Amino acid sequence: MTAAIEVKNLRCEFRVRTGLMAAEKRVIAVDDVTFSVPAGSVLGVVGESGCGKSTLARMILGLLKPTAGTVLVDGKRLFDLDRKARARLIQPVFQDPFASLNPRRRIKDIVALPLEAQGAFSRAEIDRRVGGILERVGLSAAMGERMPAQLSGGQRQRAAIARALVLEPRIVICDEPTSALDVSVQAQILNLLADLRRDLGLTYLFISHNLAVVEHVASEVAVMYLGRIVERNETDALFRAPAHPYTQALLESVLTPEPGRGVPDIGLGDIMPDPSNIPPGCRFNPRCRIAVERCRHEAPARMVRPPQGMVECHLA
Amino acid sequence: MSALLEVEELQVSFGRTAAVRGASFRVAKGETHCLVGESGCGKSVSALAVMNLLARGGQRSAKRMSFAGTDLTSLSDREMARLRGNRMAMIFQEPMTSLNPAFTIGSQMAEVLTRHKGGSRAAALDRAAELMGRVGITAPGMRLGQFPHQLSGGLRQRVMIAMALMCDPELLIADEPTTALDVTVQAQILRLLASLKREFGLSILLITHDLGIVARVADHVSVMYAGEVVERAPTAELFRAPQHPYTRGLLSCVPVPGRVQRDKPLGSIPGIVPAIGAGFAGCAFRSRCAHANETCTRAIPRRPMGDAHDYLCRLEPGWAELQPA
Ligand SMILES: Nc1ncnc2c1ncn2[C@@H]1O[C@H](COP(=O)(O)OP(=O)(O)OP(=O)(O)O)[C@@H](O)[C@H]1O
Ligand SMILES: Nc1ncnc2c1ncn2[C@@H]1O[C@H](COP(=O)(O)OP(=O)(O)O)[C@@H](O)[C@H]1O
Ligand code: SF4
Ligand code: SF4
Ligand SMILES: [Mg+2]
Ligand SMILES: [Mg+2]
Repeated sequence: MTAAIEVKNLRCEFRVRTGLMAAEKRVIAVDDVTFSVPAGSVLGVVGESGCGKSTLARMILGLLKPTAGTVLVDGKRLFDLDRKARARLIQPVFQDPFASLNPRRRIKDIVALPLEAQGAFSRAEIDRRVGGILERVGLSAAMGERMPAQLSGGQRQRAAIARALVLEPRIVICDEPTSALDVSVQAQILNLLADLRRDLGLTYLFISHNLAVVEHVASEVAVMYLGRIVERNETDALFRAPAHPYTQALLESVLTPEPGRGVPDIGLGDIMPDPSNIPPGCRFNPRCRIAVERCRHEAPARMVRPPQGMVECHLA
Repeated sequence: MSALLEVEELQVSFGRTAAVRGASFRVAKGETHCLVGESGCGKSVSALAVMNLLARGGQRSAKRMSFAGTDLTSLSDREMARLRGNRMAMIFQEPMTSLNPAFTIGSQMAEVLTRHKGGSRAAALDRAAELMGRVGITAPGMRLGQFPHQLSGGLRQRVMIAMALMCDPELLIADEPTTALDVTVQAQILRLLASLKREFGLSILLITHDLGIVARVADHVSVMYAGEVVERAPTAELFRAPQHPYTRGLLSCVPVPGRVQRDKPLGSIPGIVPAIGAGFAGCAFRSRCAHANETCTRAIPRRPMGDAHDYLCRLEPGWAELQPA
């Protein structure tokens, strides 16, 4: 069976200038990322701000050309497909539904746009499909008549999901789809995404900085640090026995609603990762609690981690 | 314990929007008190009303609003300004909004002290360096000469905390101080706040939407919904025996690592927060509440439930235990 998403040795470099006279810097946003996502499953991607999650998502969506490496979506190279075919295959849902919905159009027109862009559907067919998908995501026909500013954050995210699904794509890239929402609304949206995946057989790449959310939705989880996947495994295995010190720190820093336990000491120090200045050796070594001499000059190899995963750490 | 800050029936409106509708909460000396609720419920507006920092057009009134025995509503603007940044200080979610990009960290920190307490600039800079060390900033000397944009988000928030401590305040109001930060940095900042509370005898009013934070740092909690405090309790009690249907719903929405059941839906609260205008009567949660009936459209009693625990609902204490599972 072909994987829904297959990514090989993916790399993305940006060249940035911090000032007029400053020397050009190389930002390595994504560095040698390889994984595949089986059809019908959910790969969760977690990591701190700036670690390259959205850059990875944009390359998979074909919105950004990789510096090196390949992306296959449903066995095809996106750059070989035209826009219309691409839109039928893979769709994004982003964090900020307000920024991604045209403020001057009605919700139902926004949702109809991908269908119209295909140029292959009659008006009646478009109306039928838009009505169907709005209902499916829990928006009434009356909501469809409104402008984005007249909806709540959660309703806007429902509209964004409707727009992503109206062409019945196989694959949806969710980049922090609930990060801007309140918990009660987050729960509604997560439940909706789960129902849709089950009923429509979708594949998700699900990006979030919230580990609890990822544990809830993902079948497999990849942990990113400074552009690399430092650990990946089946969700249960990764949460039960995290192998990489960074994964362990991330898990420890989740504040579960358990009174009396206080806030744990993560011990990562205050050196912030900087993708324009990646440390030699293991890129995590300046913050790692258990780093040894070797970590400062030798990058760890990718090692197999049962049952299905990998880890990059000398001591794992 | 005696209250340092007491707020009773606070009302704040902006034109026809009622942003805070009779919120009551108290912060005891030396405690961390959390004000928790979802966006728009009036947490920030309540804090700004206490500090008399409401945006233009904001009208506040309260049955009682006192700080260390002083009636805040009777203070002139000048007297209030003297209190602010001095005996009570505030930090915000996005430190950049309260740091001036054009001045160095050092000069901004020193200015706070010289404005309120006088003294030399050199002495103020010494105190700034000392406090930066206290909040875990390495090489404070170098940081004092830097501009805000040269620091990471976590460092900026540490600077804000150090700045808030310059005049040795009794009360620190922190409005979502870690919401913009990564989880690992969040843990560091929250630990810092807890240690400052112990060492400086600070009282903290911590505003957050995150029940995980509440559980881990609060001594007491006030849960807000649509401009009202719907439940107040000691932290352990709130999580052990929540009474208000909104509190219970909110708790069920939080995915807890290690307890996730992936094939089951999360608990959720249906619907959305209604828009509430002046003259609204009854329980604001009724459009989303599974237990609503027509009594909920009338005045709702505040029900005491043991020590420092009360809630605003028609249902009697212990109702939840009588529910079929
Ligand atoms: N167009 C660009 N030009 C230069 N640098 C970029 C560009 N896009 C992203 N970067 C840099 O690449 C790195 C990865 O960015 P990315 O947006 O993928 O992070 P992220 O993991 O999605 O973070 P967040 O959690 O904050 O959304 C960052 O250092 C970012 O500043
Ligand atoms: N300057 C303002 N003008 C008008 N309405 C405001 C203003 N500030 C806040 N509000 C309204 O007051 C209510 C409470 O807001 P706020 O206290 O900021 O909520 P939160 O609990 O998220 O901090 C919201 O409905 C908000 O839209
Ligand atoms: S390789 Fe070394 S520095 Fe890197 S995570 Fe493992 S122990 Fe830490
Ligand atoms: S007063 Fe009525 S509507 Fe409000 S929370 Fe209680 S039962 Fe629900
Ligand atoms: Mg991103
Ligand atoms: Mg706020």
